[in-house]
Amino acid sequence: MNHTSQSKEVALSIEGLAKQFGGLSILSDVSFQVKAGERRAIIGPNGAGKTTLFNMIAGDLEPTSGRIYFFGEEITHLPNFRRVRKGIVRTFQKNNLIAELSVLENLLLVLQRRHGLANIWYRPRSPKHFGPLFERAEQLLYTWNLMEQKDTLVKHLSYGEQRQVEILLGIATEPKLLLLDEPTAGMSQAETNYITQMLKKLPATLTLLIIEHDMEVVFDLADHIMVLHNGGILAEGSPEAIRQNQEVYEVYFGREGEEVVASE
Amino acid sequence: MQTYVKTALTVVIIALLAIFPFISSNFALTLLTEILIFSIFALSLNILVGYTGLVSLGHAAFFGLGAYTVGIVAKNISPNLFVTLLLALVISFLFAIIIGYICTRVSGFYFLMITLAFSQMIYAIVHQWFDLTGGTNGLSGIPKPSLFGDVALQSSTSIYYLIVLIFLLVYFGLKPFVRSPFGQTLIGIKENEARMQAAGYNTYLYKTLSFIIAGTLGGLAGCLYTYFNGFVSPGDVYWTMSAQGLIMVLIGGAGTLIGPVLGAAFIVILETVVSSYTKLWMMFIGIIFIIFVIFIPQGIAGLRSKRA
Repeated sequence: MNHTSQSKEVALSIEGLAKQFGGLSILSDVSFQVKAGERRAIIGPNGAGKTTLFNMIAGDLEPTSGRIYFFGEEITHLPNFRRVRKGIVRTFQKNNLIAELSVLENLLLVLQRRHGLANIWYRPRSPKHFGPLFERAEQLLYTWNLMEQKDTLVKHLSYGEQRQVEILLGIATEPKLLLLDEPTAGMSQAETNYITQMLKKLPATLTLLIIEHDMEVVFDLADHIMVLHNGGILAEGSPEAIRQNQEVYEVYFGREGEEVVASE
Repeated sequence: MQTYVKTALTVVIIALLAIFPFISSNFALTLLTEILIFSIFALSLNILVGYTGLVSLGHAAFFGLGAYTVGIVAKNISPNLFVTLLLALVISFLFAIIIGYICTRVSGFYFLMITLAFSQMIYAIVHQWFDLTGGTNGLSGIPKPSLFGDVALQSSTSIYYLIVLIFLLVYFGLKPFVRSPFGQTLIGIKENEARMQAAGYNTYLYKTLSFIIAGTLGGLAGCLYTYFNGFVSPGDVYWTMSAQGLIMVLIGGAGTLIGPVLGAAFIVILETVVSSYTKLWMMFIGIIFIIFVIFIPQGIAGLRSKRA
């Protein structure tokens, strides 16, 4: 358990969440709470329902039953973009960027909304008219080591770079709860290390939920681990407790874990 | 350098537009007026098609609403320019709110079909409401727009200047608009709506606003068409008018400002020239459209930027 969690309020509360597609049950009766500032990893074999859970928290998928609360307020049926405005931001397992626009333009679209400038219709979005917006964008690109790729179209970036932009766009929205869906999937070891270091620098007040297969990243980042299996929570606890859990070892580290390690 | 050349070119074009009535034949003036009206129509449709990624096949509804509003108001209430213009804009604006709110709930093929359905509904009303719209005959003998007092824009030259003025206002008004944060938001929605939602955008709202702007400007084009013709026919609301606008946008170059203007000029001139030789002019436009779609999908404006 997070040693400071006692004093912190609950950021996310999931009550009896379930999702069925037709007769197929993807997630059944999942309940858990995440404290503000927690770094929680969600692990589990493919098909365990991890992304489905994220989709429902982010509002991209309507749950079959159950409730979702964000800082005490029910958001179960709130549209996705309204949740973003409340501070729930996600990144996607499969890059979801605007391929035909540059890195800077992708970032500006996120920032102009965040800073309440998206409704300005009468003047061009140029550095001359929107100085602070461009400064903020360049500052982020500089921090994230993407300054050289600033004007490159996203479709011309390497996969790892696109992945990096995907995460940057999530962080640029300045969320209270950030949902990262396999952020380092498909990245090189160096890129993975870099992203892990960057994620460690995120503000302590930010709550992080991360789906990840790379166990090094999981144990490096998470202060709490939740194991999903067959649409339910198999185990939950500190990284140490999960590491020593025999059942988890069998279903996850025993089979999938080897595959993941082998594939790297 | 580039900007100087552009500014110089803009000044030359505006100067040419200003002196055109003095150096041209009546026929050329009529042709240019028509090009400018359809440029506004294509520019308005392009906000939806080229910038927001919503392909509408119902834009004639707004052209017709603007055109009929002017006709009806001028004949029954007042031919005053400001009254007819304002009412045409208000009517198209109100219809665009309702139709846009409903249509933007769906996207892609369904959007195309539902916009078509709405415009054909309006066509049916125009066609049936004989007392108000003249039914199949349309409205003829519509008085020319008057200014304050009894001064009316009787000559085709004065109508031309009015249309040039409005065209320039629309064109140079859209220029900063498409590059503004709002315009860039529309482009973002066209390219990847899910990404924009993930960034917190209420994309339905933006699509509806885009529809309202496009519809209102479409009504403006229709309004000018009635000033120019003094006549409205149900053909102006028919779906073929929507298709014509779409062809102008696509041949000229969707998602650019100059594209729809070039497309409008191309189609209006082609129609005038070819139809004086053969009644099969629609077939020629069809063939040219197919050639463009297959070989030049970026349109005329795309050819230019490829060379640069």
